[in-house]
Amino acid sequence: MVLYLSLLVLLPLAAVVSQAFDNGLSGFWTAVSSPEAVATLKLTVIASLITVAINAVFGTIIAWVLVRDQFPGKKFVNAFIDLPFALPTIVAGITLIALYGHESPFGINVTATRFSIVLALLFVTLPFVVRAVQPLLLEMDRDMEEAAASLGAGGFTVFRRIIFPNLLPGIGAGVALAFARALGEFGSLILISGNIPFKTLVSSVYIFQLIEQGNSAGASAVSVVLLLASLVLLAAVGLLQRLGTGRRR
Amino acid sequence: MSGATASRWGLRTAALTYLTLLLIIPVATIFYKAFEHGFSAAWESITTHNAIHALELTLLMVAVAVPLNAVFGVACAILLVRHRWWGNRVIDAIINLPFAISPVVIGLSLFLLYGVGGWFAGLSEAGIKILFAVPGMVLASTFVSVPFVVRETVPVLQEIGVDQEQAASTLGASSWQTFWRITLPAIRWGVAYGIVLTTARVLGEFGAVSVVSGKISGQTETLPIFVAKQFDEYNFTGAYAGAVLLALLALSALLAMNLFKRKEVA
Repeated sequence: MVLYLSLLVLLPLAAVVSQAFDNGLSGFWTAVSSPEAVATLKLTVIASLITVAINAVFGTIIAWVLVRDQFPGKKFVNAFIDLPFALPTIVAGITLIALYGHESPFGINVTATRFSIVLALLFVTLPFVVRAVQPLLLEMDRDMEEAAASLGAGGFTVFRRIIFPNLLPGIGAGVALAFARALGEFGSLILISGNIPFKTLVSSVYIFQLIEQGNSAGASAVSVVLLLASLVLLAAVGLLQRLGTGRRR
Repeated sequence: MSGATASRWGLRTAALTYLTLLLIIPVATIFYKAFEHGFSAAWESITTHNAIHALELTLLMVAVAVPLNAVFGVACAILLVRHRWWGNRVIDAIINLPFAISPVVIGLSLFLLYGVGGWFAGLSEAGIKILFAVPGMVLASTFVSVPFVVRETVPVLQEIGVDQEQAASTLGASSWQTFWRITLPAIRWGVAYGIVLTTARVLGEFGAVSVVSGKISGQTETLPIFVAKQFDEYNFTGAYAGAVLLALLALSALLAMNLFKRKEVA
C-alpha cells in the first residue's frame, strides 16, 4: 500500500521539488520572481478568488433550493449538478466556447479575456460548495429556525443568525476544495483563455509552456508554489471537516 | 404573495437561471454544433484512423488504471478503517493530493522522474520506453485517479461496522472468506460509485497525459487530446463531434453515479 503510493505519487512529486531547487534557493527564486511568472500567479490567484466567492453565494443558494424547495424536475437538476465532475475538462472548455466564443449564437465573444477564465473556472468548480453544503442542510434541525421565527425574526435574520453559522464549515470546505481545483485548472482554460502573456496566461498553462520549451527548472519552481498552495488548502479542508462533524455531534 | 414565498421564488429563479446559463445551454450547444453540418459529417470526423486510435487508447487507459485503483482503493480503505495506527493520517493526506494538485504538475512530476537525467532514467536506457509512450500515459491516468475509490469506500466501511465480520471469523471463516462473503457485498455500491468516478476521470484526463504523451497523432493521442488538436487545427466539426462522444460517456457515468448512490442509500 505504502509502496504503491510512494512509487506512484510521492516519488514523482519529490522529483519536482528536487528539480525546482536544482540551482539552489536563488535559482528557485529567480524563476518564481520573473515578471511573467509573477503575472501568471497573480492572475491565477485573483481569478480563483473571484470564482470561489461567486461559488460560495450561488453554491449555497443552489444547495438551499435543492434541499428546502419543491418543484418539478428537482431530481433531474440535482443529478445534473455533478456533470462538471464527470465531463472531461477539455469538453468543458469547448462547451463554453461553443456558446460564448467567436461563433456564439448570442453574439457574445469572451474568448481570450480574463472573464473567460472565471467563466471556465465557475463551470468546473460548480459542484464543490453545493455538495459540501447539502448534507449539512439536510441534517440541520429546523426547530431553531422555527423558534427564531416565532420569536419574531424575519427571514433574513433567521438566515444570518441561525442557518448561515451552521452551514459555515460546509461552505468553507467547499470553497477550499474549489480554490485548490481552480488554482491548478488546465484543460478547460487552454482553449478559451487565449493564453496571452501578462493578460490571460494562467500558471498551469505557463508551466505547460515552460515544459514544452525544455525549461524544466522554471516549470518545477512555479509548480512548487502551486504544490504548497494545494497542501495548505488540503490542511484547511481537513480542519473544516472536523469542525463540521464536531458541530453535528 | 407573502415575503417567504417571494424569497423562495427568487432563490429558485436565481439557482435555476445560473445553472441554465452555466451548464445546460452550453452542453446543449455542443450537441447542436456537432450535428450542424449533418450527422454524416460528424460521424465521418470521428471515424477517421486517428480518431478511432484515440478512442482505443482512451479505453486502454481505463482498462489499466481503473482495476489498479479499484483494488488499491478497497485495500487501502480497509487498512484505513480497520487498522488504526499513526500512519493512517499520513496515508490519508497523501491520497488526497491528486485532488488538489494541478494535472500539469502531475504530468511534470512523471516527466522529470522518467525523463533524461531523472531518477528512473535508467529504465528508458534499458529500452523500456515510459515517456511519450503508453506506459507513461497509464501512469499519469493512474496517478490522477488514485483518490476516488478510497474516498467512496471509507465512509461505507465505517458505517457497516465490524459485528458481521467478527461473527464470521468466530464461526471459523478465514479473513479471505470474510472479505469475499461479508465485507465486499456490504460495500459493493460504494466501491461501484468510486469506480464510476475513477472511470470518468481517466476518460477525460487531459493535462497530465498531455505532458507525458508527446501528443503524437495516431500513436499517443487520447480522445481528449484528439479533441483539443482538432480544435487547434480549425476542424470544428471534428472537435465538437469528439466532444459530444466524450460528453455522452460523461452523461452515462452521471447516470450510473445516480443509480449507485440510490442503491447505497437504500
